[in-house]
Amino acid sequence: MAQFKAHSVLPGFNLALGYTLLYLSLIVLVPLSALFFKTATLGWGGFWEVATSDRVLSALRVTFVTSFAAALVNVVFGLIVAWVLVRYRFFGKRVVDALVDLPFALPTAVAGITLATLYAPNGWIGQYFAAQDIKIAYTPLGIVVALTFIGLPFVVRTVQPVLEDVEAEVEEAAASLGAGRWAVFRRVIFPALYPALLTGFALAFARAIGEYGSVIFIAGNMPYISEIAPLLIVAKLEQYDYAGATAIAVLMLLISFGFLLTINALQWWTSRRGVR
Amino acid sequence: MSITIEHLNKQFGSYRALNDINLEVNSGELIALLGPSGCGKTSLLRIIGGLDVADSGSLLFHGEDVQQRDARERNVGFVFQHYALFRHMTVFENVAFGLRVKPKKQRPSDAEIKRRVLELLSLVQLDWLADRYPAQLSGGQRQRIALARALAVEPKILLLDEPFGALDAQVRKELRRWLRRLHDELHITSIFVTHDQEEALEVADRVVVMNKGVIEQVGTPDEIYATPASPFVYQFIGNVNLFHSRDHAPWTGQHGDAVAYTRPHDIDISPIQQDATALPVEVKLVRAIGSVVRVEVATQNSSELIEIELSRERFELAPLANGDKVFIRPRQIRVFATGVPHELSAA
Repeated sequence: MAQFKAHSVLPGFNLALGYTLLYLSLIVLVPLSALFFKTATLGWGGFWEVATSDRVLSALRVTFVTSFAAALVNVVFGLIVAWVLVRYRFFGKRVVDALVDLPFALPTAVAGITLATLYAPNGWIGQYFAAQDIKIAYTPLGIVVALTFIGLPFVVRTVQPVLEDVEAEVEEAAASLGAGRWAVFRRVIFPALYPALLTGFALAFARAIGEYGSVIFIAGNMPYISEIAPLLIVAKLEQYDYAGATAIAVLMLLISFGFLLTINALQWWTSRRGVR
Repeated sequence: MSITIEHLNKQFGSYRALNDINLEVNSGELIALLGPSGCGKTSLLRIIGGLDVADSGSLLFHGEDVQQRDARERNVGFVFQHYALFRHMTVFENVAFGLRVKPKKQRPSDAEIKRRVLELLSLVQLDWLADRYPAQLSGGQRQRIALARALAVEPKILLLDEPFGALDAQVRKELRRWLRRLHDELHITSIFVTHDQEEALEVADRVVVMNKGVIEQVGTPDEIYATPASPFVYQFIGNVNLFHSRDHAPWTGQHGDAVAYTRPHDIDISPIQQDATALPVEVKLVRAIGSVVRVEVATQNSSELIEIELSRERFELAPLANGDKVFIRPRQIRVFATGVPHELSAA
């Protein structure tokens, strides 16, 4: 075990740690504990009733499944975008690089409305899918589209610096040793990028779980089918059911925390046996 | 395997990296590509290795055109200046890589891979590091692992790009002797790139001196040092004194505009005027450096210093001091006028 306070040449350990704890308490812990206190007013029975109601369960399922799917899509395509931005030089590269951050800056409601219009059965893109009998807007598929949009920068921005660090020489070395393109990717590049991809995935996933603004416009919000948990929370708030709303929030928080903890553990484990 | 390069050209944008390169490398030879940075030596090496493509010209391995062949099909071992080891793999896995990625039919069994890798690791004298990661090794060790990795696939040609460039002087010296010995054991046709003339002259069978995308001279280390083919080679290799015809007409001959080069150890010093060509000078600085004594002299009407090297023995026979008036005369001098060299011996 590491010592609680390691000796360091850097001064100010006490001050820095104290500040960190205070800051975290004010910004994160106090609001979150308020959530738990409010939920506690329901009592176990009340909480259980909210937590196991069909509508809440299916909303949670929709939220986590679509978030997971969107994060996966982002891992694949975010990697490709990062790859192109790092490895190639082309006209307008800086513009593309700036475009990646746009989902961060755009108000999510604007994104939601735009996507809903595009992917509606009579929209620019939606009409082609409608012809194939595929409905995107107002279904869980539409939610995935919106969540993919808002999650893209996370994967690109975490993978990009790591990829820049993998010298082209390493790939050339692998090729001159007789490795085909796929072998180079699988054995050389992917292991180096894996931790960054995992981080990007976790960030995109976490962001998607909490996303509200862009989703409600494209989801259609049909209970049991395309209603997300954050929307249910807002619905409960509008009915002045504050305790019920916080109960769903606590559930989401616990599940998210479980996921993120697992991802962190995975990362810790791979970094121990791999790159040193 | 021999390498034949004919009329090779390579252009990067408006920059001409290689200009009509012709070179023949014999089977089993150890060749140094020597030149200042930006002279095209690394481009040439990368084209031979298949990591870059030439714009025109031909490249033959053992008489067979390989330009259409990918790097992975050329059976060439490549060693990079910054090692390019796989960071997430142990030393053992790094060396085994080339064997593990072979197509299933040609891939050796695990036991065979293990035997070969350990054999290679003991060849580079690092078998005790098999389980370490590259980050835990020193620079010299990493480069030896990179070499073992390149040798694992039994390449017919070994290409080394500034292999010792990132190492400190002591390790450099040790490793280049070691490379020479290794080459004498394995006899793989090898080409290494360097900007260090001492390294090239000490290690290589033949040296290719390059400048601005052109080959200036190809020859044994001795030929390159003793009879440089161009002013560039003269200046790039070893120390040299330069004389313009307008200041030193008796030494350059009557060639109009010409320059003459002479090595510091090819100049005689004498207290008396030997003949009409001898130049009266004043001693400005005397400095003993190890086995040689370096003397700097200047003529009366010029501040330009002429460097002379004497053996310690020779110096002790006739010691010099600052301010002495003496006469100098070149034993060997080479004159270049309009690009054509003329050998003159003042004997």
